[in-house]
Amino acid sequence: MTTTQQLNELINREYQHGFYTQLEADTIPLGLNESTIRLISAKKNEPAFMLEWRLKAYQHWLTLSEPRWANLDWSPIDYQNAYYYSAPKSEKNGPRDLSEIDPELLRTYEKLGIPLKEQKMLAGVAVDAVFDSVSVATTFKQNLSTLGIIFCPFSEAVQKYPDLVKQYLGSVVPYTDNFFASLNAAVFSDGSFCYIPPGVHCPMELSTYFRINAKNTGQFERTLIIADKDAYVSYLEGCTAPMRDEHQLHAAVVELIALEGARIKYATVQNWYPGDKEGKGGIYNFVTKRGDCRGEKSHISWTQVETGSAITWKYPSVILRGNGSVGEFYSVALSNNHQQADTGTKMIHIGRDTKSTVLSKGISAGYGQNTYRGLIKVLSGAENARNYTQCDSLLLGEHCGAHTFPYIEVKNPSAKVEHEASTSRIGEEQLFYCTQRGISPENAVSMIVSGFCKAVFQELPMEFSVEAQKLLGVSLEGSTG
Amino acid sequence: MLSIKNLHVCIDGKEILRGINLDVKAGEVHAIMGPNASGKSTLAQLLAGREIYKVTAGSVHYLGRDLLAMSPERRACEGVFLAFQYPVEIPGVSNALFLKTALNAIRKYHRLPELDAMDFLTLVRERMKRVGMDEALLLRAVNEGFSGGEKKRNEILQLNILQPRLAILDETDSGLDIDALKLVADGVNDMRGADRAIILVTHYQRLLDYIVPDAVHVLSQGCIVKSGGADLAKDLERHGYNWLETGDLIKQIA
Ligand SMILES: Nc1ncnc2c1ncn2[C@@H]1O[C@H](COP(=O)(O)OP(=O)(O)O)[C@@H](O)[C@H]1O
Ligand SMILES: [Mg+2]
Repeated sequence: MTTTQQLNELINREYQHGFYTQLEADTIPLGLNESTIRLISAKKNEPAFMLEWRLKAYQHWLTLSEPRWANLDWSPIDYQNAYYYSAPKSEKNGPRDLSEIDPELLRTYEKLGIPLKEQKMLAGVAVDAVFDSVSVATTFKQNLSTLGIIFCPFSEAVQKYPDLVKQYLGSVVPYTDNFFASLNAAVFSDGSFCYIPPGVHCPMELSTYFRINAKNTGQFERTLIIADKDAYVSYLEGCTAPMRDEHQLHAAVVELIALEGARIKYATVQNWYPGDKEGKGGIYNFVTKRGDCRGEKSHISWTQVETGSAITWKYPSVILRGNGSVGEFYSVALSNNHQQADTGTKMIHIGRDTKSTVLSKGISAGYGQNTYRGLIKVLSGAENARNYTQCDSLLLGEHCGAHTFPYIEVKNPSAKVEHEASTSRIGEEQLFYCTQRGISPENAVSMIVSGFCKAVFQELPMEFSVEAQKLLGVSLEGSTG
Repeated sequence: MLSIKNLHVCIDGKEILRGINLDVKAGEVHAIMGPNASGKSTLAQLLAGREIYKVTAGSVHYLGRDLLAMSPERRACEGVFLAFQYPVEIPGVSNALFLKTALNAIRKYHRLPELDAMDFLTLVRERMKRVGMDEALLLRAVNEGFSGGEKKRNEILQLNILQPRLAILDETDSGLDIDALKLVADGVNDMRGADRAIILVTHYQRLLDYIVPDAVHVLSQGCIVKSGGADLAKDLERHGYNWLETGDLIKQIA
């Protein structure tokens, strides 16, 4: 039927970030064992506490096996047939000047729409660019430091602020948390570190841009964000990878800590290579993201737009420890062709008067399978806890699927937990209504899909809301009216 | 402007329209009346390009061109407009965005510059007043949570803004109170003009008190069983559709 063809055309646009950058790389031997970890730690010139932590994580990881409870099907990963460290050669130890960066690397980021050169930097957005295993550039660092804000590669934070790292690393996602988090703790090579001092409202968006380039290389980055008392920060993470026939593993960990009265907004636009139309290749994205509302009246929100990856396994969560703290999760997940996404959130209510909101929009097309999995847990001390969950699925075509698994555990009778779910299909009737008004079928689908996602897009920073809509193949010509 | 010849239409293998002949000239208003399930909406939607209906015989020409060969959006851009009997809801898409996208798509087709947000708003506000529509409905999602009357007025608003050459209104009068009916009729009468044709599909003759048609056709079981002037509607009102069908039957037996 023509409707289906039109839908297919729209969502089958080619992946645009699939190019590979030819660079000389510093790569360590294939495989994973204790000496791999010692080698990574040595390359980073890490203090002893880091190496110890990594080795403990590795020992623990050896006792675990891959979690298989998700509604996902992936072929076994050979952890010995991967490289755990790859860095562009020009990258020497220690921080350096942008002028020392390989021009090829700068061009790569420009091609991706992330200019790193001073005169071209995105206004109002500070970027930390992570290329394979290392951070290659951080913009606006100076401007931020006058406010006492620390925004730098993780490896630099380990050198310059070891006490902060020691205090917070693993305090939200311990190395024992799960298989992929343990692996990450053992081998992670870089990531972003961010600290906002008490009372400081970070004046620009902070952003990390991850790029997997090298072949057969896992990417294991770690992000740690701390908002001290009454601080505010809005953070955005973006990611892409070249097109390759074999799967590549991405296992990241993000930890957020909000102290009393602090607010962290964390947004992700995930556009890893999803594999081809037959399901060959693509990134396996196994990510652990968790926020800890440690202080009273603190506030953490996760917003994610997940369009890429062959497999997405991801549950950004909030631990609502502080009394009166607030957790939010806004998600758009698209799975097309043979993509599989099992994603959702956990809201753990511990403190009194804690509130959480979950809004999930799943879009399935082609043979895509989209699963929402959410846990709302209210512990006995969480007097007056409130949760509202809304979970909507949109199906485009006949062969895709949408699944919803809400888990609710309430140990305090004063809690109010609400869950609403809906599933709809872009109907021939809806499309006809649009085309009868002169709107092309492609624009009609775009409009309907973006209408479906609107409530989530509104939570993204302005600049990225536009990018996210484009990502969904949404061309909202002159949407300002 | 519109010429339908021996049109046969099926859905799911069931024949709904069984040999329709109809000629509508520029400047005319035609009313199509008939009992429920006689095929009125089928005809209206087929003309607008709904693909679930299959043409098994006959032809439709619009401004001398084969209408059936055109995609729905092409027909819309060429000036064919359908006011839906049951307007569809589109969650999350504002009525304003929808209308502006439609208007600019049609303007672009005619190589006219697209309207910017300001010009569009000026236009739409003025037209909304004319059809008695609350401005707040601009920011609401298309038809979502609209009352029956609001949906119908929204169709008339679109009609007035898109300014088609052939407007087909499918039971736009049903479910309206008398004040709303008058506003809708005003909206339609506004559109009457020498180079525009209007087809009014209606179940009742009530609307025809306010919009006086040039011709009335009665559709029954997929055929036009009678055509006449504005008076035909009055006769139907007096005698009901049975009068026609039995009359028809008597003719066939005799
Ligand atoms: N989508 C459809 N699928 C099957 N039958 C349909 C469909 N649409 C209309 N019909 C049938 O076609 C006939 C004419 O319907 P319709 O054109 O809506 O009549 P009217 O508008 O005159 O009330 C009815 O018997 C109806 O059941
Ligand atoms: Mg009808």
